[in-house]
Amino acid sequence: MAETPRLELIGITKAYPGVVANNNVSLKIMPGEIHALLGENGAGKSTLVKFIYGVQKADAGRVMWEGQQVQISSPNVARKLGVGMVFQHFSLFDALTVEENITLGISPELTKDDLAGRIREVSLQYGLPLDPGRYVHTLSVGERQRIEVVRCLLQDPRLLIMDEPTSVLTPQEVDELFKTLRRLSEEGVSILYISHKLEEIKALCHTATIMRMGEVVAECTPGNETARSMAEMMMGANLVSPERTDRQTDGSVKLELRDLTAVSAHHHGTDLKNINLKVRAGEIMGIAGIAGNGQRELMEILSGEVRVDDANSVQIDGVAAGRLDPVQRRLAGVGLVPEERLGHGAVPDMSLWENGFLSAAVKMKLVKNGFIQIAASNAFAEDVVNEFNVKTPGVSHMATSLSGGNLQKFIIGREIMQNPGVIVALQPTWGVDAGSAAAIRQALINLAAQGAAVLAVSQDLEELFEISDSIAVICEGRMSEPRLAENITVEEIGLLMAGVAQEKEPADAD
Amino acid sequence: MLIRLEQRPEPSAGMVYVSPVIAVVLTILTSMVMFALLGVDPVKAIVTFFIEPISSLDGVAELCVKATPLILIGVGLSLGFQANVWNIGAEGQLVIGALAGGGLGLAFFDQSSVFLVPAMLVCGVLGGMAWAAIPAWLKTRFNTNEILTSLMLTYVGLLVLSYLVHGPWKDPEGQNFPESRLFHDSALLPILIDETRLNVGFLLALLVVVAGWVLISRHIIGFQIKVIGMAPMAASFAGFKEKRLIWLTLLISGGCAGLAGVIELSGAIGQIVPTISPGYGFTAIIVAFLGRLHPVGVMFAGLLMALTYLGGDSAQITMNLPNAVTGVFQGMLLFYLLASDVLIKYRVRIGAPKIQREAAE
Repeated sequence: MAETPRLELIGITKAYPGVVANNNVSLKIMPGEIHALLGENGAGKSTLVKFIYGVQKADAGRVMWEGQQVQISSPNVARKLGVGMVFQHFSLFDALTVEENITLGISPELTKDDLAGRIREVSLQYGLPLDPGRYVHTLSVGERQRIEVVRCLLQDPRLLIMDEPTSVLTPQEVDELFKTLRRLSEEGVSILYISHKLEEIKALCHTATIMRMGEVVAECTPGNETARSMAEMMMGANLVSPERTDRQTDGSVKLELRDLTAVSAHHHGTDLKNINLKVRAGEIMGIAGIAGNGQRELMEILSGEVRVDDANSVQIDGVAAGRLDPVQRRLAGVGLVPEERLGHGAVPDMSLWENGFLSAAVKMKLVKNGFIQIAASNAFAEDVVNEFNVKTPGVSHMATSLSGGNLQKFIIGREIMQNPGVIVALQPTWGVDAGSAAAIRQALINLAAQGAAVLAVSQDLEELFEISDSIAVICEGRMSEPRLAENITVEEIGLLMAGVAQEKEPADAD
Repeated sequence: MLIRLEQRPEPSAGMVYVSPVIAVVLTILTSMVMFALLGVDPVKAIVTFFIEPISSLDGVAELCVKATPLILIGVGLSLGFQANVWNIGAEGQLVIGALAGGGLGLAFFDQSSVFLVPAMLVCGVLGGMAWAAIPAWLKTRFNTNEILTSLMLTYVGLLVLSYLVHGPWKDPEGQNFPESRLFHDSALLPILIDETRLNVGFLLALLVVVAGWVLISRHIIGFQIKVIGMAPMAASFAGFKEKRLIWLTLLISGGCAGLAGVIELSGAIGQIVPTISPGYGFTAIIVAFLGRLHPVGVMFAGLLMALTYLGGDSAQITMNLPNAVTGVFQGMLLFYLLASDVLIKYRVRIGAPKIQREAAE
């Protein structure tokens, strides 16, 4: 019985214009096996999964399902075979209840008798507490994910695909999820677990297939590997840990938030409540937190895209800056790296030199009497490209033509080359290949060593521990008291991320 | 055999310029088929339409006269369109600008002054700006849709014109015709070539082309316009002020339309009549897109579009073809242009997809 693989892919190939997403990929998943699909962003994991779930067609290759060759032409076919998938981005309606959402997402014959009862049953059975009558907008991200999992489980899947399921979860929620997945595995359900988080894969998965640039480069047993060895297989190169200089966090306060309270400008946004924070010269302050807990709002206020009523609540070099617009902030020495590269940090269809000009125009004096100094702007962009090792044929090429990592290096470099006294980076290495991520982290560390204050907001705890001197956690718009990175554990951060920790007293009385 | 569209890694720079040429060629080919179906010699029809009108000096002068308002308005609109500010009401701004400038001309119908023409031009610009300021204010204050407000204001503008020429501004000695007095000679734009209607207005249009070109390609305002159109979040990240740009682009396009209106009055018509423009303000929208929203492109597109007007006239006169042919031409041109624009971002591939190993990075 266990000899026949649940799913076998043979020689899957899929090409997009200019890039081969999958080249001759073969993969075997046994019944009850938790199989990791590991690779950097852009390694071809998502393409492969889309193919298994019938969202996309491959150019070549065969799929065997329990020994039979099958054509998965649509997600319906996949579901009928017994493939369930939990996507990274949920497809839920906020204004509907759990039960209604599940009804919408499964085949009609399953919705007939007492769906609510069966939801309760399944959720109890697998330790996924869920109330069918609750409205989705009242649920946490972790609970929302449970809806997706339960939705899959109701259909008795024999293969469950989880796409980066833990990126939105606290460490505690991750543990709960893993319990459920192990239980499913014991019952014979195969699980394809997609991630680039090595520690999780070590903890959970029986086997791992490692992809790089569209090809399978290795298969291994995660239990026998170290996170480092898997990372090296994933990257195809030796990992370089960032070099730390001596911590010097006793400098003057460069950036300070004083009782910052702000209503979000977005629908379903998070209001910021009473945030107090000091970042000193030479210090890297890491802000952990699950996405959607006020990071975006914080960034908008720091960048000046949204101005707060009380100018004093944002202080740059001891000067009230809450009412300054983005240009004035840059003149005051703030460098800004937004989360979205394309469309926020850079204009996709503009050249690199124009994108350099975008944020450096005033500070680097690239405008004279209202006219763009094209030669100087080109020179500035070329300096960034050279200094930060951005791979591009030239600065006249468009931002979209660069890979995520290269564009991010350009954006960070553009800000650093303006000699900021304060730099604020939101998800500085999100979706960036490991090599570029290492370079970006090193650049932030070097900048701090030169005396700048760095505020790095990230969901990636490993990253925060790697670069930060101090770490604070943002949860539902509140900021925890920063702690020295060596004095705080992942577990403590996890509790803070989940909002379990003590309410912080508004200590400053002035 | 399989024909596929494949996304280009980067938009093709060459196709940006080739695509309008393809559109023009396809329009000509299709219209030849259309003429053949109508029982007309297609070659002769094309010659009548495109060659005959410009085979004399007078014809070329007339082409420039017709192109002047299209180019002026097209350049103004293209700036706004690049910033995603959709001023559809240039026709109304043209009319109000014409009335502002023409009103001044009427007030001094019996006096001669060298300052009259410049003053009328300035009034024309201000009139157009004022009319465009209404949608600008509504959009920045109440977030109304400028497409609707500017379009509706066009009809208001046309009614104002109608009221004035039928009422207070009607020529007292004009046998009750709905027309104003004739302007004084000193209220007319200087003619460039004797015996033609080609006037200084065309030079002004060329000046606006150059100014627009410098603005969009060299000036920080042009840069801001482009960024806000392509990536609004990046514009706010860079600290560009959206409301200011909405005001600016609407005022520029309104001012250009107003200028076109007063040039049309004082250059080509010489008095205020119930129909000042045969829809230049709307045709200029096609001109702006046909010209790739680039001032120099707009100039060529304006000339081409003016040619379709003249060609329509000459086809009507010499070949008895209906005047609707002009509209058909313009429609086909825009249709083919939008279709061939696909080639800027995509390329046509024939056969099954090939795997490009070397490109996989």
